[in-house]
Amino acid sequence: MSTVKLDITKEHCPMTFVKTKIALSKLQSGDILEVLLVEGEPLQNVPRSSREQGFKVLEVSHVEGQIHKVLIEK
Amino acid sequence: MDFTEDQIQRYSRHILLQDVGVEGQEKISNGKVLIVGAGGLGAPVALYLAAAGVGTIGIIDGDVVDLSNLQRQVIHFTPDVNKPKVISAKEKINLLNPDVKVNTYYDLLTAANALEIIKDYDFIVDGTDNFPVKFLINDACVKAGKPFSHGGILRFDGQAITVLPGTTACYRCVFHSPPPANAVPTCSEAGVLGAIAGILGTIQATEVLKYLTGVGNLLTDRLLTFNAKTMEFRNIKVKHNHKCQVCGDHPTITELVDYEQATCEIKTNH
Repeated sequence: MSTVKLDITKEHCPMTFVKTKIALSKLQSGDILEVLLVEGEPLQNVPRSSREQGFKVLEVSHVEGQIHKVLIEK
Repeated sequence: MDFTEDQIQRYSRHILLQDVGVEGQEKISNGKVLIVGAGGLGAPVALYLAAAGVGTIGIIDGDVVDLSNLQRQVIHFTPDVNKPKVISAKEKINLLNPDVKVNTYYDLLTAANALEIIKDYDFIVDGTDNFPVKFLINDACVKAGKPFSHGGILRFDGQAITVLPGTTACYRCVFHSPPPANAVPTCSEAGVLGAIAGILGTIQATEVLKYLTGVGNLLTDRLLTFNAKTMEFRNIKVKHNHKCQVCGDHPTITELVDYEQATCEIKTNH
């Protein structure tokens, strides 16, 4: 099991989740994706869409300023 | 395969779909689809498959664009009149999506060339306007084991069915043989409401994308019919016919045949 990092702090909806899905598609089952995103729409949508599409959201935590970190397990 | 930044943007609405995703878009991008007829049905099929990023699209049509085509054949524009339809269609596909490889066949599909042409494709779309070629496509696809979508429109009516040879009912299981030449009006004689070509063609394009991605239930073993006046859609259950002349237990059709073409007496292109 490995952890891969993805920074989508510069992306806008829907590319935030599109980039997340593409990163997840390259992982093996059980791998973790660590996503950095900004609050507001990305923070609302990416964890929700990930859960809806069958991924496990392990953790959502504040990093600094507007930036948050989401851990998603494939 | 790795999509470029532009491709990720272009196909983002597919990638977002849980049932399609990156894997499904890769299947679409690797797909090879032959469209028989670049007319009313073939036009929306070609445009939507090109937009979806189907990797290889083959188009076969022996006609040139006629002014009377433009009422429904939305891939052809006014300056295209007298241009071979396959060239006109290829130009629009290239403009819409340069990712797509387009193979053109400026020819009619016949018993002599059908198997050779369809062998390179994963799925065939019948966008033709006459019974002889519809039966030819059916028989060729059954013989070659190629899945295909049948579609037909006339006046205010349309119908479609998807055939997985060897698994589901074929066109000939349902309609045993072509009607006698000139017993049935062609589109050009009877007229057709232009927009129903879009309804039916987009149903066929949807079936192609479902087949390529493996999403959902195909329109197999049921004939979809619709009437634009009542806007009613019906699914008529059909079954594989064990006595079918081409896919039954004892097929009697072992060679492809060119049936007599009904000719339209109102106007020809030449």
